[in-house]
Amino acid sequence: MRNRIIVQLLLAVLTAGLVIGLTGCAPDPQSRRGGRTGGAGSDLTSAALATYVAPGDLDDYYLFYSGGHSGQIFVAGMPSMRHISTIPVFTPYPGTGYGFDDETREMLGEYSWGDSHHPGFSETNGEYDGRWLFINDNANGRIARIDLRDFKTKQILKVPNISANHGSSFITPNSEYATMSTRMSVPFPEGTYADVTEYATEYHGLAAGIKIDPDDGTMSLGWEILLPPFNYDLGDAGKGPSEGYMFWTCYNSEREFIEGAKLEVTASQKDKDFILMVDYREAEKAIASGTYKTVKGAPVIYPEEVPGLAYFIPLAKSPHGVDVSPDGRWIVGSGKLSPTTTVFDIEKIKKAISEQDFEETIDGIPVLTYASVREAEIPVGLGPLHTQFDGKGNAYTSLFVESAIAKWKLPPYEAGADMNQYVLDKIPVAYNIGHLVSAEGDSMSPDGNFLVALNKLSKGRHISVGPSFPESAQLIDISGDKMKLLYDAFTEPEPHYALIIKADKLDPIEVYKKDDPAWPVNPDAVWTAEEARIERKGKTVEVWMLAVRSFFTPDVIRVNKGDKVIIHITNIEQTRDELHGLAINDYNINLVIDPGETKPITFTADKGGVHAFYCTNFCSALHQEMQGYLLVK
Amino acid sequence: MSGAFEHLNKKLDRPLTVKSRLLALLAVAAMVPTLFLPMWQMTFFAQQYPEGLELFIYSHDLVGGDDGNDLTEINVLNHYIGMAELKPSDFTELKWIPLLIGMIALLALRAATIGNLRSLVDVVLILIYFGGFSLWSFWYKLQYYGATLDPRASVKVAPFMPPVFGYRLVGQFDVWSYPSWGTYSFMLVGILLLGGIWFTWRQGQE
Repeated sequence: MRNRIIVQLLLAVLTAGLVIGLTGCAPDPQSRRGGRTGGAGSDLTSAALATYVAPGDLDDYYLFYSGGHSGQIFVAGMPSMRHISTIPVFTPYPGTGYGFDDETREMLGEYSWGDSHHPGFSETNGEYDGRWLFINDNANGRIARIDLRDFKTKQILKVPNISANHGSSFITPNSEYATMSTRMSVPFPEGTYADVTEYATEYHGLAAGIKIDPDDGTMSLGWEILLPPFNYDLGDAGKGPSEGYMFWTCYNSEREFIEGAKLEVTASQKDKDFILMVDYREAEKAIASGTYKTVKGAPVIYPEEVPGLAYFIPLAKSPHGVDVSPDGRWIVGSGKLSPTTTVFDIEKIKKAISEQDFEETIDGIPVLTYASVREAEIPVGLGPLHTQFDGKGNAYTSLFVESAIAKWKLPPYEAGADMNQYVLDKIPVAYNIGHLVSAEGDSMSPDGNFLVALNKLSKGRHISVGPSFPESAQLIDISGDKMKLLYDAFTEPEPHYALIIKADKLDPIEVYKKDDPAWPVNPDAVWTAEEARIERKGKTVEVWMLAVRSFFTPDVIRVNKGDKVIIHITNIEQTRDELHGLAINDYNINLVIDPGETKPITFTADKGGVHAFYCTNFCSALHQEMQGYLLVK
Repeated sequence: MSGAFEHLNKKLDRPLTVKSRLLALLAVAAMVPTLFLPMWQMTFFAQQYPEGLELFIYSHDLVGGDDGNDLTEINVLNHYIGMAELKPSDFTELKWIPLLIGMIALLALRAATIGNLRSLVDVVLILIYFGGFSLWSFWYKLQYYGATLDPRASVKVAPFMPPVFGYRLVGQFDVWSYPSWGTYSFMLVGILLLGGIWFTWRQGQE
């Protein structure tokens, strides 16, 4: 406690000093608006060299940023931090025609946006295997899978009863499961009406395990667990000695929502909240033995009926991140409102469970005795959120309030030692860091060279783009004892978490090769002008069209007003980067078809007259001439 | 004078030595790869094709690099200038060349078993004629396709001729054209047969 006060005092002095320093010598606002004080020339030169990727050279890593409420995933190269591509997931994206053709339109369903938060790579033996990327939608209880062979969203799974799926998508070491959980408890089952005055009894949270097919990655709901009405926040999957467990932080263990009393106040009253720990093998057993109820189509397990299924671990109040160390032994949780990060030992947790060393039981879920499972509290600084690892025995915790990253040492610690000595380094970031991600950081062998700070505020470290600010990401060198800031990058709103994978772990295709057995055969593909055709059946006109430099075949479609029109368009190119578009004017249609791809679009010809269609994706010297006509009589 | 011819005739009637027969057999063996390896390779580089488009000319087929796609790509590009599509089925050479290689192999086999020096000389003469005619045919086709352009093409270009051997700039493409392993194997056939002639001829000198 005394240490804590000293740290806080020091920080207050430091902050005051920084404010005085900044106002005392205001830098030229045109050339440099940020807080970075002019470093030695040699530091800048080495940072430039460390991040410079010469024209034509390739980056060493992929950086997959979640796109937050843009609903997308942004792909950048690292260390250059250049944005390379956007993978549309939960939001239509005319740039790639996503959400316009029949298949992606059906996948998006009734939603035109999502809130993509935490990307998760498929893993084999705790290592990123480069097959799939999963991402959750915090807004609509969904999770999506991207195939890393072609960087395309292949499946979006809507899961019943999950309200605000935030604690997702964290992947178990052999991709058995992706996690899901309720951040904002609502009455159970979904669709039930109950007033907030009945919050404590009628509202519920849930945690869910999403099964992943080991061959093709197809996701399905494995199980749900009914939980008290807390806010289940972030998660992680155990590995090594903690394999078989899933962890989620939760706040609002006060279990109340009092109208007008502000959740930020009411949920911060108790000194401790929890980490929820679920033994998913017990969940599998419960499903196998039929110990569940099917509610809204979901198999729901009630913890009081399945002892050993779930436990609560007390943690400093209002926790956010929970992260498992690469070796799987240490579970690191951070309470946002505490200046410490807490390390738990999975061995102590297992011992406490076997000895039934419980403080209490909440809705059938035992609460482990805090003092028995805690390894240490590390005084990292103010507003600790998330922790990443370098694989060399160090952890890096983001400090939102302090706007910094603390580097600290993982156990073992000397008995009775001053824990401050284990905080090894601290680096300020611009500004107010949320998540952070180290190279291959969620795997069992992080690379320990790079760390990216995902900052919530950029506050004008860029040429101004008006009041809608971009987000800021900073690349930090963690290869030495001291962290070094290398580079500022900016993204569109709003990365929450990101993942970094070695570039050589991915080997994406660049065209859909004709007759490639890796992809399902599309019976509506046409590869020659002879196969291209138009057929009418009653009031339905079906078109099999091909696109190649620089024409469509057929290039005239005649229909009657009110006809249903189905176009299957195949881009018969087999040359990389020869994409073609198909926009139909006035019909709000824009497809983009990659080389070798076939896409269907169905619409009703409800606008009479003549509507040109044309190639939207620049393809060739005579791209402007690549057009045709839809004649609606 | 007539004495010299008589002398030559006598020599040519001489049966082949064992060494010459073996070399003729080896020559037959060396003909087998010419049916499976490309005879010629053309590579087209441009700024936007840094890895180059490759065209392999086999004795029986035209094959593009990149799993065949480079030929499609060459055809897609050439349609803008109104060049006829390069289709293996349009090249009659690809039918008669393998047939002729087989016939020459049979003749060489005949020489190796029951032949005299004369029959081996016949094989070499046919081989040289065949090789020369094939080269001319290759040159003619390059010239024909580059000169016979659709007058309604979107891009009008002057008749052009890609290189038969070596380098030439064609439009925006740096084109390199060289014999490939099949041709080298074919040349080896010639060398082996000439060696066969040499050994039987030399035996007469001793």
